[in-house]
Amino acid sequence: MVPRADFQSYYGRPIVRPPVWTHDIAIYLFTGGLAAGSALLAAGGQATGDVVLRRAGRAATMGALGASAFFLIKDLGRPERFHHMLRVAKPTSPMSMGTWLLSFFGGAAGVAAAAEVAPLLPERGVLGLARRVLPPVGAAAGYGAAALAPGLATYTAVLFADTAVPSWNAVYPDLPFMFAGSALASGAGVGLIAAPGKPARRMAVAGAAVELAAGHRVENNYGLLSEPYHHGRPGKLLRLARALTVAGAVGAVVGRRSRVVSALAGVSLLAGSALTRFGVFEAGVESAKDPRYTVVPQRERLNSRAATPGEPGPSPRTGKS
Amino acid sequence: MGSNSLYGPVDPAPDAGYTDAPPRMGFFTDTSVCIGCKACEVACKTWNAVPDDGFNLLGQSYDNTGGLSADSWRHVAFIEQPSRGSQAFLGLPTGPSSAPAANVVASQQVVPTGTEPGIPPAVDALAAAATAGTEFVGAGPKFHGAGTGFHGAGPEFLGMPGTDLPGRTDPAPRSDFRWLMMSNVCKHCTHAGCLDVCPTGALFRTEFGTVVVQDDICNGCGYCISGCPYGVIDRREGDGRAWKCTLCYDRLGDGLEPACAKACPTESIQFGELDELRERARARVEKLHAEGVASAQLYGESEDDGVGGDGAFFLLLDEPEVYGLPPDPIVPTRDLPHMWKRAGWAALTMAAAAVVAFAGRRP
Repeated sequence: MVPRADFQSYYGRPIVRPPVWTHDIAIYLFTGGLAAGSALLAAGGQATGDVVLRRAGRAATMGALGASAFFLIKDLGRPERFHHMLRVAKPTSPMSMGTWLLSFFGGAAGVAAAAEVAPLLPERGVLGLARRVLPPVGAAAGYGAAALAPGLATYTAVLFADTAVPSWNAVYPDLPFMFAGSALASGAGVGLIAAPGKPARRMAVAGAAVELAAGHRVENNYGLLSEPYHHGRPGKLLRLARALTVAGAVGAVVGRRSRVVSALAGVSLLAGSALTRFGVFEAGVESAKDPRYTVVPQRERLNSRAATPGEPGPSPRTGKS
Repeated sequence: MGSNSLYGPVDPAPDAGYTDAPPRMGFFTDTSVCIGCKACEVACKTWNAVPDDGFNLLGQSYDNTGGLSADSWRHVAFIEQPSRGSQAFLGLPTGPSSAPAANVVASQQVVPTGTEPGIPPAVDALAAAATAGTEFVGAGPKFHGAGTGFHGAGPEFLGMPGTDLPGRTDPAPRSDFRWLMMSNVCKHCTHAGCLDVCPTGALFRTEFGTVVVQDDICNGCGYCISGCPYGVIDRREGDGRAWKCTLCYDRLGDGLEPACAKACPTESIQFGELDELRERARARVEKLHAEGVASAQLYGESEDDGVGGDGAFFLLLDEPEVYGLPPDPIVPTRDLPHMWKRAGWAALTMAAAAVVAFAGRRP
C-alpha cells in the first residue's frame, strides 16, 4: 500500500470536480465496446461464410448501438440538444471525434443489419430493387463498420484520459488496451452464446489476455494514482471483473464440446467486460473526490523540479518545454 | 494550429484565428490586500444575474459559499492558520487555535448549491484538519469530534468563528493565528482544458483571450467539468448547462472593467492588459519579499506553466493547495497526441486479434 502522504488542501474538499457523468456513461462504455466487438465478429462471419455468426453479430451490434445512443443522450444536461454534438468536428475533443465515429459506425452497421431482412422483401417494384441491392451494399457496409469498430472501442479511453480526473489521466498509455481487450471479450461473448466456434473462442482468449494484461498495468504501474483501482468499491468491481473474464476465457476453451458451457462462458465474458467499465469509471470518480490524488503527485513534481534547478523543465512526454 | 496550440507559451486569441485582436485582458488578484468583504461575489451575481446558491452556513471560517460553482463565479476563500513561529504573543497567555478541529466539522458540511457536482464534502478528515497546516495536525486516530482531543484542547466548535476579541473572556485563551483570504475565479487559461474538450463549440475563445460558454449552444454533456484542472466550471441543476465566469465579456465589449474588479474596495482584484498586470505583480511580490513576507508567491503568472499561463493569476501568501488550487496544474490536452497514438496501437491490436481469430477459415 502507498503510505499516506502529508498534504494540504482547502478544508479537504475536492480540487478537480468529480465527473458529473452518471453510471449511464459506464454502461455506454460497455455497450459501445460490445457494438464494436460484435461488428468485428459479424464481419468475420461474413468473410468466412458463417451466416449464424454474421446474423448474431449484426443483431448484437444494433442492440448495443441503440442502447449506446439512449444512454449517451439521457446523460446530457439538455438531452433535446443532443444534435449540437454535430455542429462541429473538433480534433481536440475526443467526445466530438467519438460522436462522428459513432455516427458513421451506426450508419454502416444499420445498412449491414438492414441487408439481413432483404430476403423478406417482395421481388417486384422499388422494394424488389432494394432486395437485390441490399446484400452487396450490406456486405460492404459490414466491412466498413468493422473497420471503424476498433476506433469506436478505443476512443472512449482517450475520452476518459483527456480529463483532469487524476486516475483516468495518468493511465492513458494502458487504458485503450484495457478497453480494446474488454470490447473483444464482450464481442466473443456474443459469439459464444449465439454460434460457438473456433473464431469466437480465439477472440475470447485474445480479448481476455489483452484486457487482463493492460488492466494489471493500470492497477499497479501508476503509484498513488493506481490506488483507486484496487481500493474500495472500484477495487471490488475490478476484482470481480477479472474473475469473470478469466472464467469466461477458460470456459470458452475447456467447454468447446458443450453448448451450455460455451454460452455460460459467453455470459461470464459479457459480465466481466461490463464490470471492468464500471470499475474504471468509479475509480476515476473516487480519485477526483479526494484532493490527495490531485495535490500529492503535483507537489512531488514541483519539489523534484525545485531540486533540479534550471529550466522550468521540458515535458517528459512531449519533449517540448 | 501552431506548434504551441496544445501546450507551451502562446497568445491565445491570435492562435484561435483572430486577426487584429486587442491586447489580452485578465485579472491579477493580489490576496495580500484582500479583506474578505465579498463585494466581488455580490457584484458578480448582480451584474451577471447568477442565481442564488443557497443560504449555507459552513463553518469554513467566514466562507459560507464553499467554492466556485455554476452559481458562484467569484468565491472568497478564508483560511485560519495557527501561528508559525510568530513571536507576536510571546509571554502572553496564548492557547492553541481551534482551527484544525473546526475544519474537520466544516469539511463534512453538505453545500446545497443547486449545481452538480457542486461542492462535495471532504472524504478525508485528516486532510480537512490540515487546512490549518500539516504541522498542527498530529497523526493518529484522534479526529472524531471537534474541539477536544488533539494538539491540546481548543474551544468547542459552534459552527461559526467566535465574535469576541481573543483573550477577552476567561478562561478562553488568546490564540495567535493569521487569516488568509483569496477571491478565486476562473483562470481563463492560455490552454483551457474546458475549451479544448467541448464537443459542441459552446465554449469559445474571445478576442480578449478569455474563455466563455455560449448558453444557447451548451447541451450539458459535462465534459468541460472533467476537463478543467482547477475544478472551476460546473453544471446548473434543472437548467442542465455549464456555467462559469465570462470575465464580463459584455462589459469588456463596452470598454468597462468586470463587475468584481469594479466593486473591489482594496484593489485586490486588478483588471487590465495581461502584460501590464504581470509586470505589476512581479514588482509587488518583490516589494513583499523586501518587507519580509517570504511566503509571497505568484500563481498562474508564468507562461511556462502547465496551462501556458493563466489569464487570471494570483499573488498568494501560502502554497496554492492551501487555497484549494492545484499546485502544478497541466492541461490534459497536452498529452492528447500521445493518447491518440496509444489508442491507435490498441485499435490495431484489436483488429489484428479479430483477423487472427478468423484466420484459416474459408467461406
